Parts: sequence; C-alpha cells; structure tokens
Amino acid sequence: MDKENLKPQEPTPPEPINDSKFINIYLVPILAVVTALILGAFIIWWVGGNPLLAYKGLLQGAFGSVRALSETTVWASPYIFAGLAVAVGFKGGLFNIGGEGQLAFGAVAASWAGYALPGIFHAQIPPILHILLSVGIGMLAGAIWGGIPGYLKAKTGAHEVINTIMMNYIALNLTSFLLNGPMKDPSPSNVIARTPLIAESARIPAIFPNYRFHWGFILALALAFGVWWLLWKTRLGFEIRTTGLNPDAAKYAGIDVAKTIVIAMSLSGALAGLAGAIEVTALNYRHELGFSSGYGFDAIAIALLGKNHPLGVVLASLLFAAMRNGATKMQFLTQIPVDIISIIQALILLFVSADAIVRYIYRIRTPQERVVYTRGWGK
Amino acid sequence: MDTVLEVKGITKKFPGVLANDHVDFNLRKGEIHALLGENGAGKSTLMNIIYGLTSPDDGEILINGKATHFHSPKDAIACGIGMVHQHFMLVPVFTVAENIMLGSEKLRNGVLDIVQVNKDLKELSTQYGLEIDPTSLVHDLPVGIQQRVEIIKALYRKAEILILDEPTAVLTPQEVEDLFIIIRKLVDQGISVIFITHKLKEVLSIADRITVMRGGKVIATDDPKQTNEQALASQMVGRTVILKVDKTPAKPGDVVLSVKDLHVQDDRKIETVRGVSFEVRKGEILGIAGVQGNGQTELAEAMTGLRHAISGEIRIQDQNVFNHPPRDLVEKGMGHIPEDRQKHGFVMQYPISDNLVLCSYYVSPFCRRGVLQNSAIGTNAENLIKRFDIRTPSPYVPTSKLSGGNQQKVIVARELSRNIKFLVANQPTRGLDVGSIEYIHHEIVQMRDEGIGVVLISAELDEIMALSDRIAVMYHGEIVAILPADKVTREELGLMMAGSLKPEVSTI
Amino acid sequence: MDLKRSIFITIIVAFLYSIVILIGKDTTQPLIILTSMIATTISVATPLTLGALCGTFCERSGVTNIGIEGMMLSAAFFGWLTSIYLNTIYHVTPLPSLLIGVFVAILTGGLLGLLHAWLSVTFKVDQIISGTVINILATGVTGFLNRQLFFEKGSIFGGNVPHAPGTLPIIAIPGLSQIPVFGKVFEQQPIAWTAIILVFVANFVLFRTRWGLRTRAVGEHPRAADTVGINVSFMRYINVIIGGCLAGLGGAYFTLESVPSFEPLMTNGRGFISLAAMIFGNWTPLGAWAAALVFGAAQAFQINLQFFRDLIPPQWAFLQQSYIVGLTPYILTMIILAGLIGRTTSPAADGTPYEK
Repeated sequence: MDKENLKPQEPTPPEPINDSKFINIYLVPILAVVTALILGAFIIWWVGGNPLLAYKGLLQGAFGSVRALSETTVWASPYIFAGLAVAVGFKGGLFNIGGEGQLAFGAVAASWAGYALPGIFHAQIPPILHILLSVGIGMLAGAIWGGIPGYLKAKTGAHEVINTIMMNYIALNLTSFLLNGPMKDPSPSNVIARTPLIAESARIPAIFPNYRFHWGFILALALAFGVWWLLWKTRLGFEIRTTGLNPDAAKYAGIDVAKTIVIAMSLSGALAGLAGAIEVTALNYRHELGFSSGYGFDAIAIALLGKNHPLGVVLASLLFAAMRNGATKMQFLTQIPVDIISIIQALILLFVSADAIVRYIYRIRTPQERVVYTRGWGK
Repeated sequence: MDTVLEVKGITKKFPGVLANDHVDFNLRKGEIHALLGENGAGKSTLMNIIYGLTSPDDGEILINGKATHFHSPKDAIACGIGMVHQHFMLVPVFTVAENIMLGSEKLRNGVLDIVQVNKDLKELSTQYGLEIDPTSLVHDLPVGIQQRVEIIKALYRKAEILILDEPTAVLTPQEVEDLFIIIRKLVDQGISVIFITHKLKEVLSIADRITVMRGGKVIATDDPKQTNEQALASQMVGRTVILKVDKTPAKPGDVVLSVKDLHVQDDRKIETVRGVSFEVRKGEILGIAGVQGNGQTELAEAMTGLRHAISGEIRIQDQNVFNHPPRDLVEKGMGHIPEDRQKHGFVMQYPISDNLVLCSYYVSPFCRRGVLQNSAIGTNAENLIKRFDIRTPSPYVPTSKLSGGNQQKVIVARELSRNIKFLVANQPTRGLDVGSIEYIHHEIVQMRDEGIGVVLISAELDEIMALSDRIAVMYHGEIVAILPADKVTREELGLMMAGSLKPEVSTI
Repeated sequence: MDLKRSIFITIIVAFLYSIVILIGKDTTQPLIILTSMIATTISVATPLTLGALCGTFCERSGVTNIGIEGMMLSAAFFGWLTSIYLNTIYHVTPLPSLLIGVFVAILTGGLLGLLHAWLSVTFKVDQIISGTVINILATGVTGFLNRQLFFEKGSIFGGNVPHAPGTLPIIAIPGLSQIPVFGKVFEQQPIAWTAIILVFVANFVLFRTRWGLRTRAVGEHPRAADTVGINVSFMRYINVIIGGCLAGLGGAYFTLESVPSFEPLMTNGRGFISLAAMIFGNWTPLGAWAAALVFGAAQAFQINLQFFRDLIPPQWAFLQQSYIVGLTPYILTMIILAGLIGRTTSPAADGTPYEK
C-alpha cells in the first residue's frame, strides 16, 4: 500500500469565516454600553429628569477639567486592580465574587501595617520599605481571603461562588468589629469606625501637589500589562488558562489542577487586596468603614465588559470611573440620585453578558461558540 | 407489502455541511430496513428528521401514505414512530417505570399512577418476551437491559415503526444475537424496523433491505442476498477499501510496561478493574478487547495517571510508577491517546499550535525560565502539521474548527512526536471516517515497527484483530485470556468477551 | 435526608440552643428561652426556606439560580412600596395594603424569574452571570428608587419615609397555641405558615405529579425529555418563574412580616445562604427546610444572645461582640458546603443550557 492512498480524501477546510475581530472584541461591548445609556436616559426621563442635561453633567464631571480627569483616575485605579482580579479568576475558570471582601481585608491589613508596624519594631521604618511592607501585607491578606475559597474548591469541590460571597460577609463583619474595636482610631474626637492615620513612612507620596491623581493609577496600568504578560506569555499563565478552559485536559497535560486553582484564586485575591492597600497607602492614608461600596461587584461588570482582557479591563475601568465620578456633577445639575449609575452599570453587565440581545438588536451575526465563564455546582 | 413510511427529497443544511441532500427512503410494513453509512453520512440527521427532533429544509414525510409535518417528537410518537437512540435517552436516577411513562404519564386524581404503569409493563413484557423489573433504577442496569427499557418505552407508546440507531455498538456478540431475536419477534407482530449501523456483517445477517448513505446522499438500496461485504464497503466509502492493515510480524523486545494485579474503582466506587496483569514489550501491539464498560476506561485511566488505583503495581521498564501523576508518566516515556478526545485530549479553544505542546509546554525549547517561547511552539506546529498531514489553513486556528479526523490527528501527532517508549491508545479511531481510520492505523503500526510498545484498547473487534500482535480479552474487570492474534478466531473472541468461554490454556 | 446529616443538624441546633440557655438560665427559665429560640428559628428560617424552595424548583429543572438574593431584595422593596403607597396615598387600611404588597412582591419575584429564564434559557447566557446581573440590577434599582422616592424633594412622598402600615398579623393555631409557655411557638405570621405549607406542597409536586416528573427529567437529562415530546424550554421557564414567585414571597417577609421598613441591601446574603440550604438539603424541599432551620437556629442564636448580653461570662467575652456572633450563619454555610457532612449530587444537567 503506498503512502498516497492513505491520505484522507477530505479537502482542506476553508479558512474559518473570520467574525471580523473588531466586531467580536469591541463592537458588541460598545453597543452594550450605548444601549444601556439609552435605557438609562429613558429611566432618567421617566423619573422626571432631563437625560441630555444629566449626561452632559456626567461628561463634565468626568472629563470637564483637569481636576475632573484627575478624580476619574482616582476612581479608576481600584477598578483596574479589582477588574484584573476578577479577570484572572475567570481565566482560571473561577468566578471570584469576593473582590469586595478581599479588597476590604487588604485595606485593613495595609492600614494596620501602616500605623502599627513602627510601634512593633520600636523604630522608624525607611519609607520605601514601609510602603512595600504595607502594600505587601495588604496583598497577602487579599490572597489569603481569595485563597481560602480556592482551597475549598480544590479540595472539597465546594463552589467558589457561594464561598466567596460568604467570605464577603465575614470580611464585612470582621472589618466592622476591628474598626469599631481593636483598630479604631483612638483620637478623642473620633466617632467614626476608622483606623488611625498610617505613618508618614508608609505613605506613597503624591505626584502633583493639588491633585489627588496618584501613583496607584500608574501602577494599575503597569500591572494590567503584567497580568497580560503573565497570562499569555508564561508557563503559569498557560496552566491557569488550560485549567480554566478544560480542567480534564489540564490534568491530562500533567498540570496540578488543584494547585493551579489555589494559585489562581490567591492571585485574584492578591490583586483585589492590592486595590484596597493602594487606596490606603496612596490616597486615604487610613481605612474607613464603608469606603469600598461596591467595587467588588462593579469589578465583575468591568471584567466582563473588558472581555477578561487586561486592556479591556483598563478601558472598562475608565468608563466606570468616569460614570461614578461624573455622577456627582450630574446629581448637582439634575437632582437625579447617583444610584442611577448602578442601574446603568447593571444594564451594561446585562447586555454584555447577554450579547445575544445586543446582536439581535443591531443584527450582528453570532459567533459559533459560546463563551463559558463558570461551571455549575456539580463536580 | 404496504409502505408505512416514505420520505421524499429530504434536504437539511447545517452551517458548512449539507447533512441530507434530497434523500428518498421508504419502509414497508413488517420489514427490517438497514440504513448503512459511515459516521457523518447523514443517517442520524435523517432519523432525527423522521422522529421530529430536527425539521428538514425541504422535502416531505408520508406516514401510511399521508403527508405529515412533525414539529416535535410528540407528533412523531403520535404517528406511531419510536426511536432507540445510540446514546440511551434514559434518566439514570429514575426507575424503569418512571422512564417509560415520562411524557405519557398515567394519572389517578392528578397523582402519578405508578401501580397502573407497573401493571401495563408486566403485560408488555410478556407479550414481547422482554423481561424487565419496573422498579429498578436505570443506572443500576447493564446496558443490554437499558436497551430493552428503551425498546419497551417505544412499544409503550404504541410504536409501529421502530428506529434503532447503532443498537449493537455497546453489546457483546451474544447480546447482539439476543437483540436480533427480539427484533425478529417484533417484526412478526407487525412492527417495522429501521436499523442504523455501520457494521457490514450485521446488516447482511438481519436486514431485509439495505440502503447505503454517503455524504448526505442515498447511494443505493440493496438486497442482502445479492450483495457482499466488499461491495457494501465500497458503496459506503466511495472507493475500494482495503479491509486489512498491512503489517509484518512483530519483533518484540524487552518489557517496557508491566501491570500486576491492578484494582481500580469507578466514580461510583464500584471496583471495575479487578486484578488485571499484563506485560507489553517494545515493538508489539497488545490489543485489549472487550465490550464497552468492562473496565477498560478505568484501566486506561489508572495506567495513564488520570485515576487513582486502589492497589497493584505498574512499572515502566523497571521503575514503579503506581499512582504516579500524569506528568511523571509522560516524562518516563508514556504516550496517551485518550478515549474521550474532546474531554481529555485538547483544549478546544486553543490554537492547534498550543494543543500540539499540551504535554510539553513547560520544557525547553517551548519554555525557558517560566516564559513560553512562541517561535519554538510555532515551528513545532508547522513541522507536525506537515508530517502528520493535518488539514488546516494555519497552525493558529482554534482546534474546534477542525474535523473530528483532523482533531484526532492533532493528538496522534502530539503523542507520537514526543520521545515515547510506549503508547496507550484508547479507542483511537472512534467516530472517524474511513480515511482517518486507515491513516491512524498505519501510524500505530509504524510506531510499533520503530520499537514502541503499544496498548490498544478498542471496542471494535475488527480493529483489534487487524492491528494486534497479542490480544487480551477483558470481561467484568478481569483479563480472561491473553492470546497470540493469529491463533484466535473472531468467534472465540466474541465468546470470551461475553464471559462464556474460558480458554483452558492462556498463552502469553 | 440521610442519617449523618440529620445527626449533624441536631447537634448544631442543640449546641446553639444550649449556649443561650446556659447563659440566660440565671434570669430566665430554660423553657422560656427554648420556646423563644424555637419560635425565632421558625420565623427567621422563613425567607431561607422560600429561597431554598426557589432554588430547588430552578435547579431541579436545570437552571442554576444565584439571583435569589436580588429577587428577594427587589420583592422586599416593591412589596413594601406598594403597601405604603396604598396606605398613604389611597388611604387603604393596613391589612389589605399589606396583602396587596405581598402579592406585588410575589409578582416582582416572578418577573425577575422570567428575566432569568429569558437570559439563561433563551439567550443561553452563563447562568451564574445571569444571576449576578439580577443581583446587581436589584441593588441598583432598589437603591435608586429608595433614594429617589423617599429622600429627594418633590418626590411623591415629599422627601420623607411615610409611616408604614405595620406588619402582617400573627396567626395563632387554636389549641396548640394555648399550651402554657411553649404555645408561643405556634404563634407565627402568615408568610411563615405559608412557607411551611409550601414545603410540603413542593415535595408533593416534585415527586408525585406529572409536572414534577417532567421537571426532574428536564434537569437530569433534557435530551431524553425532549425525545419524548417534553418542551424543555417551557418547563424551565415555568419552573424558574415559580421559583421567582417563591423568592418573591420570601422577600415580602423582610418588609411586610419581619419589620415594617426597607433598608438598602437588607437581605444581607440570605439569598445565597438559601442556596447552601438547598444544596445541603440535596435538592429536596424537606431537606432544604431542615437545612433552612439550621441556618435559622444560627440566626436565632445571634438574636436571642443579645437579650442576655450582660450575663455572658467574661471568658466568653467574644460572644458579646455582635459582629463576631453575626459570623455564625456564614461560617456554618462554608462548613456545610465544604461537604464535611456527606456529599450531595446536583441534578445532572444543572447549569447547562440545553442545545438541540
């Protein structure tokens, strides 16, 4: 039998119809945002506001001045960190809804390191070292907070979704306990649940004297690149992505799936913890109860809107930051409560995740494969 | 004879495939009409259309001469059509009775009337000679009995036309005989049967008429008395098929893999591998024959590190690798073509290039100091695509876009391109077209000639007979015999696979 | 519910009850404390029971529902809004206002169920993400309307939270409630009673009726159901809507039965704990109820301990910290999920969209 005969009769398949990369990656999210904004306008009109005026206020508040721009980046930094956290989880097939708790715990830990360490060592700590320690301890706290549900998932199969949510409530309670008790700012005038100010040596210095724009934003951008490099260019990234897409194949490929799950969840938690630590060391210089209302949940929308890609996460974070930041001006101009932003963001999430709706409205062809983000309860 | 079912000009397009192209087909009352074709020939699509699961783009269906339109299986069932699917449509955690009444429930005062259903089932059982216990849970039943449940399920719905989709795939030769007796009994009672298969011997022994499909078209309708295997095979494939694999006698070397007294449990903690021992030498193919579900899956998984075994010994050359993780086995020279290629074999969404290094992404030249080397991964892909003739427009196409045959070639290429000492090939050609089957058979034989030890696990007796140098027969988690391939007949193997023949001397 | 889990439940409940009884026994009779604990347990288990029933119906038909929290929160808000709207604007008397409020809460849950079904069945959106959408949407909408309607000038209520029509009246079971001391247990409000009745109704529906058989088939092996002519999408839609209605009734508990007010985020994770109850109960109504009672006991522990705060001995000082005691249900949830107490099996097709 000669070799020619062995060749299958089947022809080479044609180049798969390219769902025009642009359409797939950018057009649908953009249309989702547009659709959500249109619906948002409708809601504003319905409650008696002027949508055009409201959105004008939103834009002015977000981009209207140098200060507005600076404030937008202040909002964006924790969004980028937390969004990257959720994206890393998704890449590993894990849905980290616990960003909120990891962030809070990172902030608490970083504040503690910021104000208590000099006392413990009975010495001044050199600024660079103290900053690194505070931020590092904050990340570590987040990593532990994310790693616990990861460990439970890897060892017992308990679903990370419920466990990360439970960890949120536990973090909330513990933070309330700490900030009202052992870690409460002891200054006699204080009635708020907050920590003392962190030491000067733990503070990341401001860049410009009169603007709150801080190093955290630059670090966030750098880290977005770092996460991209880690996920797509390194061995660990390959292992995380393989585990996320097909854990059975990962096992076949010799990857330690349980270990990878714990690493991915810890990494995700560390990024969320970093968001909290940076807020403390670069911006507020203390942690105050209730400062992080909803970062963890917005981060889910951001990761999905950014298609779990670091660049997408940065862009989505800027968008969400602009909306949050501009909302105050909008409320001032139109008396529409800032909470409308939550609704618009929920609608964005709705349209991004149900991209079939957007594709249907705008008659865009559907790609053949569905994206699977998470797995059900079953093992 | 009356025609009970007739389809005319059925056409069905799926994205990129013309699954049915103006198909004409008819079924007479009380006949067994076999529908023969390769995987992907369009048999299942046609049956799904007849059963109302998919609607055709064009064409018509006539039942007893009347044109009908089926919107769902409900309509087909109402017209007296019953179907036994290749993958049984039974809810494993339901009882037999619950499964059978599902969709046609009997109620008394709004509550499910299990008592009445059980009584009805007793009657049906005696009428057709199909023994069944209505109260047992389906997942506790052996596959042969589950199939019986499926048949009763159709009869319970007063089916007069019964479609059997690849009914023999999971049965032992003896169970196949039993099934044929049942089918003949049904036909005697006036039921008409469509029998879908790709096995030539079976159609010749049971069918009254044979319709061959290829590439979505009907090629011919034959009388089994006036045709033979060779003729049917070429109609099915469209060219002359060499049914034998060319190979020279094996030149076995040292033992490369040995398994001793291995015990393994399945997911439900039932011991499905019960003390298996064998040895594989360099340069030989050991075929493990057996009907699906006799422990082969768990054996392969335990051998390749995917499943924890309870006890026993596995050695690669002289190193003990019992319960070692997959990576360790791979590094010691294991190659593995997994049974379920989409589950274990690759990551669908990854480009072909990444799947070609799925087991070696972490070593040089593909990875240096923790960083992936994309140029090396790309070069590797281009080389393997050429060498293994993988039909793809580019190495960076997602693997999901390839055909089943080419996907399997990606796995074969990856495993055989590594420096392996032995290969575990589990159902390496399941669901592939004849061209890909021939190609993969040829590659496996060539690897053997290069001195690699091969363990071939297959449910296809023909494949085992064609490739193996020695054949181990597995039944109920045990190896009942290991015989030289040229000293055993098909019939003897069949009996051993059914556990009814224990050879006095089991030669090695 | 198997033996192992029953024993576990008994031990947890007995443990939590005994701590409170031991602490309070110096000032209050143990039987009075016990009665109060049991009565509270049954009451606070209500939303958990209904949430777990919601989850059971959804997941038995193959749709994961993580949006129970959002469904409850929205239902709590809109039910409450309706009742005060009727009461203050149209001067409807309290009881009808409350009952219509309950009805609107159920409707709200049902509509969100419809949204969940629409997203996850029709558009095949990842079901956990669809549930998350509902949760975030619920937080946003209730927060926005709460602010817009009650705290903005010029709104219909004039920038004030109006006086609410109270809560649903207690229904005492004649005879049983006359038992001295212990009779208190049989004085519960209507949603609590309804929840208990619904547990048995749900059990009957799921395991004895045609609807139940088909629902379970669709959740286990949708293709098998499809091949015998059962409309998988329809079954999933209706079950998810039924589930939504149950969650809606659970939501009504918060603002119409428990307290006569609404606070943003007041459901406080109860929807998620319901899911844990459903899993622990192995996707059966009776099991879910038993699990809900355990979580209820954890909450009753927390509530009743407050009455005896000053009696807590110094070596147990951490029990004085409400934030620490408040961790009990959450930690219990994680322990239970970690499967330390026997594994459970979810419906085989749970969480996977059906592709023809």
